[in-house]
Amino acid sequence: MNDIEHHDYDVIVIGAGGAGLRAAIEAKQRGLRVALICKSLLGKAHTVMAEGGVAAAMGNVYEEDNWMVHFRDTMRGGKMLNHYRMAELHAKESPDRVHELEAWGALFDRTKDGKILQRDFGGHRYARLAHVGDRTGLELIRTLQQKAVSMDIDVFMECKVIRLLNGPDGSVTGAVAYWRPTGEFITFGSKAVVLATGGVGKSWKFTSNSWEGTGDGHAIAMWAGADLIDMECVQFHPTGMVWPLSVRGILVTEGVRGDGGVLRNSEGNRFMFDYTPDMFKAETADSEAEADRWYDDHTAGRRPPELLPRDEVARSINSEVKAGRGSPHGGVFLDIASRRSAEDIRKRLPSMYHQFMELAGVDITREAMEVGPTLHYIMGGVRVEPDSGSTSVPGLFAAGEVSGGMHGANRLGGNSLSDLLVFGRRAGMGAADYVEGGGGNDAKVDDLLVQHYMDEALEPFTREEGENPYTLQHDLQEMMQANVGIIRNGPELDEAIEQLEVLKERVQNIAVKGGRAYNPGWNLATDLPAMLTVSTCVALGARDRKESRGGQTREDFPKADPELGKVNFVQSQPSGGGFNGEIKIVPEPLPVMPDDLRAILEEAPK
Amino acid sequence: MSDVKMRIWRGDKDGGEFENYSLKPQEGEVVLDVIHRIQATEAPDLACRWNCKAGKCGSCSAEINGKPRLLCMTRMDQLPEGEEVTVTPMRAFPIIRDLVSDVSYNFEKARQVPAFLPPPRPEGGYRMSQADVERGQEFRQCIECFMCQDVCHVIRDHEENKTNYAGPRLFIRYAELEMHPLDTNDRRDLVRDKMGLGMCNITKCCTEVCPEHIKITDNAIIPLKERVVDADFDPVAWLGRKILRRTKRTPAEASVQPEA
Repeated sequence: MNDIEHHDYDVIVIGAGGAGLRAAIEAKQRGLRVALICKSLLGKAHTVMAEGGVAAAMGNVYEEDNWMVHFRDTMRGGKMLNHYRMAELHAKESPDRVHELEAWGALFDRTKDGKILQRDFGGHRYARLAHVGDRTGLELIRTLQQKAVSMDIDVFMECKVIRLLNGPDGSVTGAVAYWRPTGEFITFGSKAVVLATGGVGKSWKFTSNSWEGTGDGHAIAMWAGADLIDMECVQFHPTGMVWPLSVRGILVTEGVRGDGGVLRNSEGNRFMFDYTPDMFKAETADSEAEADRWYDDHTAGRRPPELLPRDEVARSINSEVKAGRGSPHGGVFLDIASRRSAEDIRKRLPSMYHQFMELAGVDITREAMEVGPTLHYIMGGVRVEPDSGSTSVPGLFAAGEVSGGMHGANRLGGNSLSDLLVFGRRAGMGAADYVEGGGGNDAKVDDLLVQHYMDEALEPFTREEGENPYTLQHDLQEMMQANVGIIRNGPELDEAIEQLEVLKERVQNIAVKGGRAYNPGWNLATDLPAMLTVSTCVALGARDRKESRGGQTREDFPKADPELGKVNFVQSQPSGGGFNGEIKIVPEPLPVMPDDLRAILEEAPK
Repeated sequence: MSDVKMRIWRGDKDGGEFENYSLKPQEGEVVLDVIHRIQATEAPDLACRWNCKAGKCGSCSAEINGKPRLLCMTRMDQLPEGEEVTVTPMRAFPIIRDLVSDVSYNFEKARQVPAFLPPPRPEGGYRMSQADVERGQEFRQCIECFMCQDVCHVIRDHEENKTNYAGPRLFIRYAELEMHPLDTNDRRDLVRDKMGLGMCNITKCCTEVCPEHIKITDNAIIPLKERVVDADFDPVAWLGRKILRRTKRTPAEASVQPEA
């Protein structure tokens, strides 16, 4: 009925980072008609920014490593809020996924005997991260991209999905999108939809995320009826660049610390020794000498405190800066220059070397870097059934950062790339099973709904005068940084929730100049509703979780509350309403862990 | 400090013109920062492609003062002080709008690459030595900014060559697969006959613009040319190759693993 471009598929995958590519490959291998839709060019997704490696207990460097140790590290790192089944599947399956990448052409760094080399990272007991220098994400995305292309999967690049479509029974029937180059609309009818849209970082001022991290998947899933969980659990990566201001937030890989780099304050002290929490005291070194022995031989000493999980390190840096012991530009010092040879540094961390040399004029083989926390990742997301990635909406699946549960309250470094592979594949399988089982056979695109969503997206063009979308984005980022940052409290969160309502009013008065073809102002205007929805979810979750756990730190509730450690905060829109719909938030008990898995957690560290 | 003066091409496939913008400078800024400030204030519809803003994704390729550069890795204070900064889209590709060009040519050529084809995975996994993987790793650093394609003389001013020419970005891909310790798929005739490897006359312009400092000409194109050398061009090499030209690794050969 609508005179617009339309395509029908069995499975559409929204997002072409690691999870989306892996899901599309899986569904395509099952002989289904598959399309991959992405906001940017293929191969540019945020996965490309992942540096350090992909965590998989292959035991190539330490034979003692196995899935049970990885499972335990992941659950403890996540402060036990993780869905146990996701952590179990992830730990068991990630080695196979890494080997599979190699069979598709990836070239990982090698051990002396020709196996895949593994490096140390925070929170992992053994050297576990398969890597390629410090550009592992690029290797992963390129390998998957080349595999997908060789399978002739249809790719719709620079195509932004604005809404999912529901059928009368609530199941998903497709999606509405527009081509960024032309601004023309396009609709997809699909029996199943896999969301793999990544994160939400663009709602904050200092973030490692690119412009794409606007929470599109989180928002369109909730608007379509899906549940979100643990949205308050947001990760501030401890080491982002802090200077010059224009690059503030850009990621500095944890690999710097895994390879021997240490954190120092303005007095030259390795301050992390003062911050080891009780939970990790038994397995963390208490002197520099012991920590330094560990790098060469993990049995000769306990791990250095610089390699505690990210939430601990980020909070410690924040405390040092607040206590007046920060670096000149408000961070702390990350020093690898005094600890490793220049040749080693350039070989193991080539892109860090270039990044600092070219953007900050700092030679990291001679000087310390200045670093501070940057918003990096959201652990919370769409609630999924672990084995299939299915959501509470029939036909809708999710994988990767947009899904919740796997990482609990804090994600370990390296567990994201493995998450993408393990659950990308599983969501692809889940979608294929659904389609093969007859799911979505009656799926039909509702033309009236499509028209409504298109009109909504074009509204900013109808106003002569109104809000500038960039000003709105700026105000949102300043507000979230100030009120929903790394350390939170009740009054500031209430303020944030109030301010978000004001911003929601303002976003309905945006005016956009120019035409529809490649118009970044308009593109941003269509991102803002999702950004406001996810920001609201983060603020609501942070308000209700009155405790400190992982990425959620409340100065008015500084301790973990054992009772709250037993619940997920589930958010949904029971009466619909999309962007303006009311959000309900309720605590629900975590799934009960079977005894055999619980026994693994309780086992004392070796 | 005096204002920064930007001269930015605005338009689409039907034509366009330069527009001038003048802004207060900010410490440590890159060209992309300045463009973002222009978008946020006077020209919200100024089209510019970007993603990571850290030199890792290769999205923001354009031409600064006539030279292909990543907008996110070019600091304003490294450009001649006080002089106007001219920013134009990559010239070798069709324009979409303003600084955004249509780079689909590169994706089409990527689709034509015959897939990686390893032998079945042996018990205990593939073994490869670090020295062997490093050759391919150099080429896999490529961030697909396509600036090497943009600057390549074979297509920069000869649109007609695009049909039969894959370009430096794809030549390093072919070289990487050719040198991959596990690959068994022979693409040498294809790269010579259909991908135009012979049209490259090794002026090294691609190597010069590569933001990843990949030695495209020396380490990929020249070795690739040697491997596919054609009898009509070089009888001596042909004779040599007749005797010495290694056949592509067979699956059995690729299965031989280095000693543990």
